[in-house]
Amino acid sequence: MARRENSEINAGSMADIAFLLLIFFLVTTTMDVDSGIARKLPEKTDVPSDVIVREKNVLDIVVNRNNQLLIENEYVKVTDVKRLAMKFIDNGGGLGTPIDDKPGEPCDYCGGDKDPNSSDHPTRAIISLQSDRGTTYGMYISIQNEIEAAYNELRNTLSKKLYGRSYDELLNDYKDNPTKSLQEKIDDLKNKYPQIITEPEPIK
Amino acid sequence: MSKFKKKKKGLPAISTASLPDIVFMLLFFFMVSTTMRETDLLIKKPALPVASEVKKLELKSLVSTIYVGKSKDTRISGDKIQVNDKIVEVKDIPSFIFSERALRKEDEVKFMTTSIKADKEASVGTILDIKEQLRDINALKISFSTSKGNDLSGNYK
Repeated sequence: MARRENSEINAGSMADIAFLLLIFFLVTTTMDVDSGIARKLPEKTDVPSDVIVREKNVLDIVVNRNNQLLIENEYVKVTDVKRLAMKFIDNGGGLGTPIDDKPGEPCDYCGGDKDPNSSDHPTRAIISLQSDRGTTYGMYISIQNEIEAAYNELRNTLSKKLYGRSYDELLNDYKDNPTKSLQEKIDDLKNKYPQIITEPEPIK
Repeated sequence: MSKFKKKKKGLPAISTASLPDIVFMLLFFFMVSTTMRETDLLIKKPALPVASEVKKLELKSLVSTIYVGKSKDTRISGDKIQVNDKIVEVKDIPSFIFSERALRKEDEVKFMTTSIKADKEASVGTILDIKEQLRDINALKISFSTSKGNDLSGNYK
């Protein structure tokens, strides 16, 4: 029989080894999750499209190399972009895009002023962001962020009205539990407020 | 019954046997959450702009990153682009994306995202050039890498 007193292995040094590894990983860890503003680039086509877009359906945002901002030829601040963009997208002054030969319908979910001189319908509202080559990237991202924020807020408001939950919550739910009905709701909201952003050639 | 009677009296030493367990638990947590930096930055570390409407990048293995920032040498002006471990020109970006695609399975290629980590002082011209190159080779999913925050005033002066 082995002696009972010696049967316990000294585990004290195990902690030292584990601590060593732990400290190594603590030091090398970078906790940052890569996050950012997602964008989808337009596909390249050889055929120039000949779609005629009416001037009032385009919100012109121009930013110059001194990071100064013009929206519809008025000098504004970055913090105004969201409000102006929302006002423009949600205006709903006319008829929407005809789908499958059906005539376009007026926007029945818009909360805008129905100004005949602003955009017809969210599905027609185009935001044009023209930048200068010398604009700083931070400014560019800020504007993109404000535009994104405008769309998100509109979708959130509509989603609350239709489904009682905001768009962000729906997206979160979808991530946890992707069901068909959620997918449909999200797609519906996306179709009602589609992001149409165009970026013309920069000013040289 | 006799087993209990054999037990010695007196205070036993506090067992440190569970200490490794605790430490191992911490260790595993950090091991799992660690992302090793794969590339050494040859440019100055880009100061990312702040944005509030950010989306997390899913599928980290399908992300290829392009860094844009100033050169470490302050005498050299202008934006430098870094992919992998070297500084490249704008025209080299398609070949970088092709080499990234070659590493992935064919059906995963369409989910690949290009993350642009650019300094907030970089000029939009460089970024738009990169975007144009990406469009040319149909790498359409991009993400402008930002840090999350609500105060955007640091992005511009």
